[in-house]
Amino acid sequence: MAVSEEQVIRGVGHSVKRFEDGRFIRGRGNYFDDITLPGMLHLEFLRSPLAHARINGIDTSRAEAVPGVVAVVTGELLAQHNLAWMPTLSGDTQAVLATDKVRFQGQEVAAVIAESAYIAKDACELIDVDYEPLEAVTSPQQALAEGAPVIRDEKEGQTSNHIYDWEAGDKTATDHAFAEADKVVSLDTFYPRCHPAPLECCGCVADVDPATGKTTIYMTSQAPHAHRTLFALVAGIPEHKIRIISPDLGGGFGNKVPIYPGYVVATAASLLIGRPVKWVEDRTGNLISTGFARDYHMHGELALKEGRITGLRVNMLSDNGAFFADAQPTICKAGLFHIVTGSYDIPAAHVETEGAYTNKAPGGVAYRCSFRVTEASYLIERLVQNAAYELGVDPADFRKQNFIKPEQFPYKSATGFEYDSGDYGAAMEKTLEMLGYDDLRREQAEARAEGRLIGIGLASFTEVVGAGHGAEYKIAGLRMNDGAELRIHPTGKAVLKLSVKSQGQGHETTFAQIVAEELGLQPEDVEVQEGDTDHTPYGLGTYASRSTPVSGAATAMVSRRIRAKAQKIAAHLLEASEEDLEWQQGKFVVKGAPEKSTTIQDIAFAAYTNIPEGMEGGLEGVYYYDPPNMTFPFGTYAVVVEIDRGTGAWKVLRCVAVDDCGVRINPMIVEGQIMGGLTEGFAIAAMELIDFDEEGNCIGANLMDYLIPTAWETPKFELGETVTPSPHHPLGAKGVGESATVGAPAAFVNAVVDALAYAGVRNLEMPVTSDKVWAALQEAGLAE
Amino acid sequence: MTETAVETGRFTYPVTVTVNGAAHSVEIETRLLLVHFLRETLGLTGTHIGCDTTSCGACTVLLDGTPVKSCTMLAVQADGHELTTVEGLAPAGGLSPVQEGFHEEHGLQCGFCTPGMMLTATALLAENPDPSEEEIRWALSGQICRCTGYQNIVKAVQYAAAKGKEG
Repeated sequence: MAVSEEQVIRGVGHSVKRFEDGRFIRGRGNYFDDITLPGMLHLEFLRSPLAHARINGIDTSRAEAVPGVVAVVTGELLAQHNLAWMPTLSGDTQAVLATDKVRFQGQEVAAVIAESAYIAKDACELIDVDYEPLEAVTSPQQALAEGAPVIRDEKEGQTSNHIYDWEAGDKTATDHAFAEADKVVSLDTFYPRCHPAPLECCGCVADVDPATGKTTIYMTSQAPHAHRTLFALVAGIPEHKIRIISPDLGGGFGNKVPIYPGYVVATAASLLIGRPVKWVEDRTGNLISTGFARDYHMHGELALKEGRITGLRVNMLSDNGAFFADAQPTICKAGLFHIVTGSYDIPAAHVETEGAYTNKAPGGVAYRCSFRVTEASYLIERLVQNAAYELGVDPADFRKQNFIKPEQFPYKSATGFEYDSGDYGAAMEKTLEMLGYDDLRREQAEARAEGRLIGIGLASFTEVVGAGHGAEYKIAGLRMNDGAELRIHPTGKAVLKLSVKSQGQGHETTFAQIVAEELGLQPEDVEVQEGDTDHTPYGLGTYASRSTPVSGAATAMVSRRIRAKAQKIAAHLLEASEEDLEWQQGKFVVKGAPEKSTTIQDIAFAAYTNIPEGMEGGLEGVYYYDPPNMTFPFGTYAVVVEIDRGTGAWKVLRCVAVDDCGVRINPMIVEGQIMGGLTEGFAIAAMELIDFDEEGNCIGANLMDYLIPTAWETPKFELGETVTPSPHHPLGAKGVGESATVGAPAAFVNAVVDALAYAGVRNLEMPVTSDKVWAALQEAGLAE
Repeated sequence: MTETAVETGRFTYPVTVTVNGAAHSVEIETRLLLVHFLRETLGLTGTHIGCDTTSCGACTVLLDGTPVKSCTMLAVQADGHELTTVEGLAPAGGLSPVQEGFHEEHGLQCGFCTPGMMLTATALLAENPDPSEEEIRWALSGQICRCTGYQNIVKAVQYAAAKGKEG
């Protein structure tokens, strides 16, 4: 057989241009709202205008009389089908439609199903609800105070607004470290509520076929398989009769992890009416009712001794809204917040957390972060920067002195994580070099002498992603594992089916490159399919930077399994023994006889045409990957800002980001992820805020009030990399989608604080708006 | 109780609109938003809805060559005008320089903002074939992208500008 022409296989490490682009740049994407089914009806919600009120009655008669209205659904109707309440991802319950009370502004009270969305909206305005207003609870401090109204009074045994207490680390050892400390630095800070606000809001088309009972739901889901199982458990529909199709998603960032009332009501309505029902969330509905992020009130203290951090103590109070619907592994009530020791070798740490109900929207999701890691990273990076000021040492030097050293990996942290690999000093050095740090510090001092305020902020974050080992990490009882199914067709072309679901991350390209790397096919010859539960293997989906650590590993493993079978076929074709064959990219070669070889394409054809006696035909496999540990991406970010002393406005002069996410499969896509994450991190630091007045009215309920940066406000980014492979991932990759959003906010805030630190400023709360900076300038006597 | 407009019936109006070169004469509800006319009446689903308040630009189309946000414009206001949507960007059998630039420079991730971004960029380059980075960023400042961080979008427009000069 002729030796194939030598060509470069564009596997791991190649910036392959994205295969998915073709449909998007032609306007031929397929988002759920692009789907129109015959006979389809439209659902619109009536939402509560009040944050807390008893419902004395709902009159739907005028709405029902509107021509084109097919049904008006209330909580009372759902209760008849046992669907008025649903379980949350954190083991609580959540109202699908309000029955007894409304518990946050924007809560779903009734739904109109009509022939058009316009008619449904009209009819919503004709529903009369008799509300009896109750006192609104708008902060966890207020919620836990004596005499606060009990929000969840429908829960048996619930006599307060307390949800959980959860702790990690060693209290005694930490107390001891503080008793021995020669200095203690503390910080009280609030990581405010913000919202992932993907550009596409949530929604679905639910289609229950009255003839077959098959329920097909096209929905905005980052976790279609987990959602199918939950639908089966909640609605009692046999799981094989449910098909979730998550089509193209217009972003997710954690917002499309939970199950929302809209999906449930649309499905119930389709079942009851026998026609498909579409629910399209509007932007206000998205911002005021679906998964928010953060809302953590944090107190942190560092024990310092001879320039080293010897202890960390953290108290955190979480505002969870009206239902505890955080999306996170069940064992961790505060997600992975206990990664709060960060990149530092801290011998003793203790973290205490408490959660409370308030009259706000539920759903603490990880907005581009792995289960509350961004809150943790923010706190430790702010604390470390302040500790350097208090000790009078350079913040970069202080970090370097306290980093976990490369030789300490695998490193067991004081709160129980085992960090897989890292070289924090290398990422820091690279950042400082790109920045020209020493020169910049000089320029900062010179500028100050001229009356200009320049600040340099650093953040050396460590993430924990890729959850996780199935015995430990579960959501709703489901092990956090993911699958990959690979079929090689006779002509050497392949289909890869995954349990994860891209929201823009470029899976169709990256995962094809993994197969390319392992089997020597070109990535163009691998079609990647996701999102359809009838046609992909089981798994928990895409969030927490899980796709590459879990499904990426599954893809590598299933490819290797197929290669093992291919070797047997190659031995048959080459009339050699398996042991005498050597794998070179894309072919098996007889050792010592390079002219005798067979390509993966030839082997694929043989798998269907010419296999050894007794061998099972075909060339395909499926692999479910259970990660032995999580991965720990890291990096150092540096931000330089200048503050306008006349207005308090601050401008970003430089933003340098060095990331180490292990081996990069598609460097172009990795850099795209980092720049997007930096932008969202900047947005959170500078402007994004979901706030409430004392009556519980949401401020930030549309994109005129919830500010998102455009190309005009967004700074330019300078990217660098170091590569420290994960020792336990088959490709050495770690995941990167969220690193920048985790690391960036502290770097931006530290930069603004750094400009004012010499005048004693130690804290500014996010979003760092110019009015807050102006107040700090005034107080420090620096305002012009 | 007074009856609302919806209980008394709705109003329709005949319009003629040219979309991507093809004329459409349709009787539509007067309150129909332009974006719904494009997506639902004509089935051109490449134009997206992101915010309902003219903030995000996902719904941007060209009205006689000028970018407009179709989520806060009535379809009847487009009567007698020419519209270009993302479906009308590509020349037969190929891609426009802007489309090519978005692909080459990784100027898109989820793709939801991409049609609006590309149409605004197309209008910019028609008016200013050689824009500075600042001019590009200013021209795109009515569009939100949640995924890319804009840097590659700027590069995509620069790619298209360079391509335009060659052509």
